[in-house]
Amino acid sequence: MASSLVSPYPTSSFIRNKKDLGFSAFPCTSQIAIQKCKKQVSKKIVSVMAPQQSERKPATTGSVKTGMTMTEKILARASEKPQLSPGDNVWVNVDILMTHDVCGPGSIGIFKKEFGENAKVWDREKVVIIPDHYIFTTDERANRNVDILRDFCMEQNIKYFYDIKDLGNFKANPDYKGVCHVALAQEGHCRPGEVLLGTDSHTCTAGAFGQFATGIGNTDAGFVLGAGKLLLKVPPTLRFVMDGEMPPYLLAKDLILQIIGEISVAGATYKSMEFVGTTVESLNMEERMTLCNMVVEAGGKNGVVPADSTTFKYLEDKTSLPYEPVYSDAHASFLSEYRFDISKLEPLVAKPHSPDNRALARECKDVKIDRVYIGSCTGGKTEDFLAAAKVFLASGKKVKVPTFLVPATQKVWLDLYTLPVPGSGGKTCSQIFEEAGCDTPASPSCGACLGGPKDTYARMNEPKVCVSTTNRNFPGRMGHKEGQIYLASPYTAAASAVTGYVTDPREFLQ
Amino acid sequence: MAASLSHASYSATFTSSASKTTVSLPSRFSPSFNVSTFSPFTVKPLNSTFNPHAQRAITTIMHATSAPSSIPSDTSTKTFHGLCYVVGDNIDTDQIIPAEYLTLVPSNPAEYEKLGSYALIGLPSSYATRFIEPNESKTKYTIVIGGANFGCGSSREHAPVALGAAGAKAVVAESYARIFFRNSVATGEVYPLESEVRICEECRTGDVVTIELGESRLINHTTGKEYKLKPIGDAGPVIEAGGIFAYARKTGMIPS
Repeated sequence: MASSLVSPYPTSSFIRNKKDLGFSAFPCTSQIAIQKCKKQVSKKIVSVMAPQQSERKPATTGSVKTGMTMTEKILARASEKPQLSPGDNVWVNVDILMTHDVCGPGSIGIFKKEFGENAKVWDREKVVIIPDHYIFTTDERANRNVDILRDFCMEQNIKYFYDIKDLGNFKANPDYKGVCHVALAQEGHCRPGEVLLGTDSHTCTAGAFGQFATGIGNTDAGFVLGAGKLLLKVPPTLRFVMDGEMPPYLLAKDLILQIIGEISVAGATYKSMEFVGTTVESLNMEERMTLCNMVVEAGGKNGVVPADSTTFKYLEDKTSLPYEPVYSDAHASFLSEYRFDISKLEPLVAKPHSPDNRALARECKDVKIDRVYIGSCTGGKTEDFLAAAKVFLASGKKVKVPTFLVPATQKVWLDLYTLPVPGSGGKTCSQIFEEAGCDTPASPSCGACLGGPKDTYARMNEPKVCVSTTNRNFPGRMGHKEGQIYLASPYTAAASAVTGYVTDPREFLQ
Repeated sequence: MAASLSHASYSATFTSSASKTTVSLPSRFSPSFNVSTFSPFTVKPLNSTFNPHAQRAITTIMHATSAPSSIPSDTSTKTFHGLCYVVGDNIDTDQIIPAEYLTLVPSNPAEYEKLGSYALIGLPSSYATRFIEPNESKTKYTIVIGGANFGCGSSREHAPVALGAAGAKAVVAESYARIFFRNSVATGEVYPLESEVRICEECRTGDVVTIELGESRLINHTTGKEYKLKPIGDAGPVIEAGGIFAYARKTGMIPS
């Protein structure tokens, strides 16, 4: 990876102002010698944190507050404490609890068992129930699980339940949305400064809105349903500073694959990942969601992007509830900081069978593929499809392999058929996809990202090689244990579909 | 739940009441729960499909938990003993319980058992010895030994539940992914123990091991080696009690 410039350098609570240390803008590492700098920075990730302090005792003249990171501040406010440090265990008030058809029934079962058959949820407006995983299937248990959600929502008078009854025609269901993380954003449930918990690992996606969002299991969710709060440990924060103009062939997916490849699938375990810098500021909301979505693939507890005008604009027509963004203090302590010059990065893939098995797309050009999958919370949003369409348009050719398109939500599906693709002379995504020979966009859901029941559309039932815009590629992820999944951006996925090999999108985009 | 049964397979006469007594302590927990009266017992179904092979291979070291009382069971006498099953690094939740089985709802007793029968079925075929034999629904391995980042991937609670339902009592891994660790503690299904070295490289599937929880020690009888484990700490009593709800009731956090 000669072209990337990555440098983890230690920050400690004693380093208040990086300028004082005379760090140049792009410190180099031993591995990458692009410029020799006088100051050699250790590549080893050094967690230089102030020694774990117990509760700070207020000085006699009054309590002294140390700077807090965004995550620490959100949790402090939610736990009604003036000051928090990483490692503190606190009871946090939950603003939104989300669940879906896979984990909802189990969570509901626990809630009823523990709080009583007639117990009521703590707040009927703060529980958002979104069937999305195993929807368009004849699997009886899967269908039953949606019924269980419905029964519960009716009994509890849950305000936000995005129901589906007619499985044969998703459009006949006015309430149905689709993929929970995209629906949460589109329906205005993500707000800066809040705490959002969900029974799904990719709940961290909502951190794109400058809130604390993380995944929990059924038992924790059952607890929240009754209590409206949860015991959480405050995570330390890793900071990722991305500067530079985003090249026209890169997407947020490439950025997060870069990071995961750098720190590994456990590099952010129990930690918060904060994304800042001019590049991040230039990303639209859906791209920021992609960035935060795969935080869990690095083991991260949550991801955050500071809220700004892009966030506020997105939220304008989606929520009327008041919110108050928080921002990391200038003197906050970060466990480590990583800097990237984005202009030097190249399109990436994560090769089988791990999201951290990073490789340059162009170095995998001899990998023959059998199919391409564009969908999921990671890569099935409107922006993702617009990106794919851009590549198909630029290539002008037909795909060489079956190319599955699964819009995340009803709204995304609609966008495919209505939004004009820039530079196409007014064509919609769906027209471009049809001309390229892709499959017709399918019913919105999580689809085959995680395999699912055997009759799931685009499920990998035989050992195939697939380039996918999804988030995980462990053995068996999309169905078959010997399936080979290459995780990639929508640009790379579309380019690969056109050639029939893993392909760097610069083949078509420069 | 792993809580009160040292050996599910030997516990036909073992009652599960040891750690499940109702404790009437003043509630220390101020937020109001909408708590109606309900049974404080969350009992894991006894393992009735007993595996005869396990019995012959294991010399029993049974430590009875203390008689029913109002004090929490002391983990310092708790041991697990049996065969171990060794896996590698980054065993993700799709390998522990593939997504196609997630239609099974863990809080439904029949489906809970079914989940157990699929535990670790997602491991690639390079694992020639399977965690559960093809025609069985329970495992003969009491302890799973793993490498780094065990349980990574999804937040699905089905993962520790499947392991517990299958009959595993503890996982000993080099490190854990956070949601899996948290779910193991919250459900009380398996003890997520951490080793100090890569035990997964020194143990083989089928080795007979003992874990002494109070001593934070693992003994491999087959190789004769002993290993230090990281103390389970505050998570211990929670798992012992049968998960966070049982623990919260036992300690008076939730009125019983």
